[in-house]
Amino acid sequence: MDDFTLFSIGSGTMTATATLSKDRIEPRYSAWERLKSNRDWLGFWFMMPAAAILLLFLAYPLTKGVWMSLTDVKIGRPGVFVGLENYEELIFFDKTFLYSTGFTIIYTAIASAAKFVLGLYLALLLNNNLPFKSLIRSIVLIPFIVPTVLSAIAFWWIFDSQFSIISWALRKWGVIDHNINFLGDPILAQATVIFCNIWRGIPFIAITLLAGLQTVSPSLYEAATLDGATKWQIFRHITYPLLTPIIAVVMTFSVLFTFTDFQLIWAMTRGGPVNATHLMATYSYQKGILGGQLGEGAAIATAMVPFLLAAIMVSWFGLQQRKWQQGSKE
Amino acid sequence: MSADMTKTATDDNSDGMSYLETTRTKLVTIWLPLALICFVLLFPFYWMALTAIKPDHQLLDFETYNPLWTWEPTFKHIQKLLFESNYPRWLWNTMYVAFAATFLSLICSVLAAYAIVRLRFRGAEVAGGLIFLAYLVPPSILFIPLSTVIVAYGLFDSPLALILTYPTILIPFCTWLLMGYFKTIPFELEECALIDGATRWQILTRIILPLAVPGLISASIFALTLCWNEFIYALTFISSVPNKTVPVAVVNEFVDGDIFRWGSLMAGALVGSLPLVILYSFFVEYYVSAMTGAVKE
Repeated sequence: MDDFTLFSIGSGTMTATATLSKDRIEPRYSAWERLKSNRDWLGFWFMMPAAAILLLFLAYPLTKGVWMSLTDVKIGRPGVFVGLENYEELIFFDKTFLYSTGFTIIYTAIASAAKFVLGLYLALLLNNNLPFKSLIRSIVLIPFIVPTVLSAIAFWWIFDSQFSIISWALRKWGVIDHNINFLGDPILAQATVIFCNIWRGIPFIAITLLAGLQTVSPSLYEAATLDGATKWQIFRHITYPLLTPIIAVVMTFSVLFTFTDFQLIWAMTRGGPVNATHLMATYSYQKGILGGQLGEGAAIATAMVPFLLAAIMVSWFGLQQRKWQQGSKE
Repeated sequence: MSADMTKTATDDNSDGMSYLETTRTKLVTIWLPLALICFVLLFPFYWMALTAIKPDHQLLDFETYNPLWTWEPTFKHIQKLLFESNYPRWLWNTMYVAFAATFLSLICSVLAAYAIVRLRFRGAEVAGGLIFLAYLVPPSILFIPLSTVIVAYGLFDSPLALILTYPTILIPFCTWLLMGYFKTIPFELEECALIDGATRWQILTRIILPLAVPGLISASIFALTLCWNEFIYALTFISSVPNKTVPVAVVNEFVDGDIFRWGSLMAGALVGSLPLVILYSFFVEYYVSAMTGAVKE
């Protein structure tokens, strides 16, 4: 772009003043000039690139996924419409699907609750006046920066059946006398992947909640302490209510991404042992891409949508309600 | 939600009630739990780095050698990785895809955010809401239909497939972040420029963008991190070994039957994480503002 075209509109005004003999003083712009400054027209073109990508690669696949779930399409073969057959098949005959749905719910519930509690606790710890505070904060965030798959690989090694460092340490201390088969036993494997998810999720929650905590004025705490409030009362009646809006947003994201988790499971167990750690996302990958049953895979993916909507609704309306109670206008 | 509240919290220099706590209580109630949490959060990386530089004979022998330390570090695994495998190629793919997708998303997001915040065209609020909704659509429910779309467009197994699909994750995030930044730029500046006859495009490139540089940095480094971390699209849309990205390649290509594979596996994970951690260490504040900016309305 050149320098500011200071005179482009100015010259238009000049022409307008030249024709003042008419009653109306109105600069005469060409249709093109008017179009160029029309908000709707400009807005349309400014939105164009983002809208094009989101429509082509997000909205279209989203609807296509629903359609595919109603067909028996396979890799390399177009499908025909079969109605709800895929869903019937999954619900009535596919034990793994039901099991993975159940585990996905448990996984999300336990991991989200633990992430919330520990994240909030860590945020409260970091909100104290500490030396090296910003350094500690940067360290805490590292698990969030490192790609999930790569840290999952590290966990895979930490929880190895023969050479686990944890088994080694526990044996040294005399807690156990043989190695723990972390990823080989269904229940233990489930606990392990949940632990890893919590580990990975805490930094995000802690740092975002810390940002919320820093907006709470310390003078409120002073006032409450002078009034004789206990630590718990201060947390319950000052910190928590002021933090609720940000908690709602953070937890919505956390629940959403825990429910649709894929990477961690795929890197550590691939759904095993005996399908115990399959989440809906990994199971739909296994069925749809590895098994080639695109229709059924899409049905599993689509089956996640109602759960996600429910999660969003709950936290969203929770948030709204809190806002009304606080009488906030924003 | 927070503009006025931030002000109060930073304006008064009160320390709260923390001066009432003695050093010993602080040690138990703050430093001990903090140390414990930091230990748990960081131990996997220590273990990853240590395994990557341990010689093979120490790797699995926990009895004769202390597993938590090594006196004979070796760069054999890392060297093998960088000079005798496809790893540099995978690293290059990851970076290329991440930078291209980030750049593309940033352009789209700047335009969209400016239009929504400042042009306020008819339906701007709806557009903003839809973009926020797009934020809530996780890749795990899209990858199957998206893979058929990718095949239909002839993009399968090409980096372009990732460069075009990653923006679906990045654009909503970047747009929301930038909308927040653009809102803080005073209207008056823009009005002055309009009176002086600047076009919208000139206002955007000459006034808004220079003022929004911190926001652009936050958005781009965070977007880079998201790209680097992305797994499911890269796993589904890329099939040939040389075209893979680091996360996918480490999971799929290193897992042979070799009992000593852990050394190279951990070296792969370490080298794949380091660029991000280095980038992060330079831009910590921008990361934090990107994270917190994205969750505030």
